[in-house]
Amino acid sequence: MNHSSAGTLPSSKSSFLRDLLDRERSLGILLMLPGAGLLICFMAYPFFLGIWLSLSDSRIGQMGDFIGLRNFADLLTDTIFHQTARNTLIYALVTVPFKAMLGLGLALVLNNRMRFSNPVRASVMMPWIVPTALSSLGWFMIFDPVFSPISWLLKNLGLIKANINFLGAPNLAIASVCLANIWRGIPFFGITILAGLQAVPQELHEAAAIDGANVWHRFRHVTIPAIKGVVLIASLLSIIWTFADFQLIYILTKGGPANQTHIFGTYAYQIGLNATEIGMGAAIALYMFPILAFFAILLLIYLRKEQ
Amino acid sequence: MVGSNFFRARFFSLYLPLGVYVLFLLFPFYWMLLVSFKPTNDLFDLKFNPFWIQNFTLENYLYLFQNTDFPQWLKNTLIVSVVSTSLSLVCSIMIGYALARLRFPGSNFLGVGIFLAYLVPPTLLFLPLAQVISFLDLYNTYWALILTYPSQLIPFASWLLMGYFRTIPKEIEESAMADGCTRLQILVRIVLPLSVPGLLSAGIFCFTLCWNEFLYALIFMSSGPMKTIPVGTVSDLIKADTLFWGSLMASAVLGSFPIAFIYSFFVKHYVSGLTAGAVKG
Repeated sequence: MNHSSAGTLPSSKSSFLRDLLDRERSLGILLMLPGAGLLICFMAYPFFLGIWLSLSDSRIGQMGDFIGLRNFADLLTDTIFHQTARNTLIYALVTVPFKAMLGLGLALVLNNRMRFSNPVRASVMMPWIVPTALSSLGWFMIFDPVFSPISWLLKNLGLIKANINFLGAPNLAIASVCLANIWRGIPFFGITILAGLQAVPQELHEAAAIDGANVWHRFRHVTIPAIKGVVLIASLLSIIWTFADFQLIYILTKGGPANQTHIFGTYAYQIGLNATEIGMGAAIALYMFPILAFFAILLLIYLRKEQ
Repeated sequence: MVGSNFFRARFFSLYLPLGVYVLFLLFPFYWMLLVSFKPTNDLFDLKFNPFWIQNFTLENYLYLFQNTDFPQWLKNTLIVSVVSTSLSLVCSIMIGYALARLRFPGSNFLGVGIFLAYLVPPTLLFLPLAQVISFLDLYNTYWALILTYPSQLIPFASWLLMGYFRTIPKEIEESAMADGCTRLQILVRIVLPLSVPGLLSAGIFCFTLCWNEFLYALIFMSSGPMKTIPVGTVSDLIKADTLFWGSLMASAVLGSFPIAFIYSFFVKHYVSGLTAGAVKG
């Protein structure tokens, strides 16, 4: 029979055991090295370099001088930056309840027993799976002032006279990019919540039904408690990702019209690369950091508590 | 009559909402496909119903292969995705195993560090990283993306694999060790063969993210023939005149297809892998 645990090993093997522990320590560190090396070179180092850049007047291709917090201070008086901060908050926070509710609905529908459930699941996951840059081009045409199918439909129904310029007017443009963002996020919430739903034992529902609980009561007292955790985790992840988004806005509006739809990522790109003020761009990006850190720590605390 | 009531209940609780979801979630793809198979002139003709194809054509796809760099973009995207995925998988297997099974100084701290790295977005890093790539002289080389993508992939892949490795009973490894196997032999001969579903999920995850990546590719691979599909499509196919829609949508469809295809084959693995992390934490 095999040895089932280290504690049962005879003492004559203690030197072997110690040797093994030593090797375990060194092997552990050895195994971490390649991955940690890549993370240090292309994540940790750029992060600190970014802090340095944000404190300097560097331009692309030339390292500048240390100027303290001037970039950060200048941004506080920049009206485009104010608009950018406002947009980012709307884009990241207002979309989340929609994604969560619609994702919950999708999960409840998919949780039914049905034929072809695998192809159906695969197809509704597509907005989340397919390259966002490419699906955004679909939305780019759907929102086009001339070719929009929405405008065509509404015009033919007699509801509007002229085509809608979805991406041309500031408020409408923000609403449009939020719609595309919600569309992309629903499947992630749907599939995450579905996994939570399937972890609820069927007996719990049956027992509640025998006790006279109706559909709403069962939903309220059996389903909701079971999925509360995954909804929270999915929401925090979604906020972090959406907050730091880039491509959807870059493709749909490039921050326009007249800089009205910039979020931190696109504004940092415009200032840092297009206007070549890489120090100022790095400062814009770093303004994201405290907010991202806040949500990341929230997530970490919650996950620790769960364990 | 019972049957018709049952069907009515199914209709309102399942088929109707499902239909609305499918319509909303798939409409942009339907529209992209539609436009990609239409001759450009049909787009302008307002008497045609835009939701259907009157004159089917493949001219947009032919244009893509004959008059643009699309074949080159496809090759670039494939090379970068395959190499970067392999590199990330090897690193993640090593990290995942070390964190799941080995006790060494700082392992708890490193575990939290890896988790936090998962939450660091590319938008926070792209400007200083552009300086690093310029310093290493890697602009417009495959290495610019092959080396930078793993930093976005390793955290989640190691986390996922760590969870998988932990589900393998320790007893199997202990008995193999009693039989004289070294840790590395155990990893290669016992743990990896038992973790194929986890490796598949991690691999699909990495490949999808490489294929879909936009920001780093936009900045580090800006010269025409070195672009990836998403970047090439967005930056080269949108033109000032209005005749570009057909080829633009054809490129978007072709660029999305491999991911949709791989994904629909492995949907179960991907979903279980994606959610395993979220549910187990």
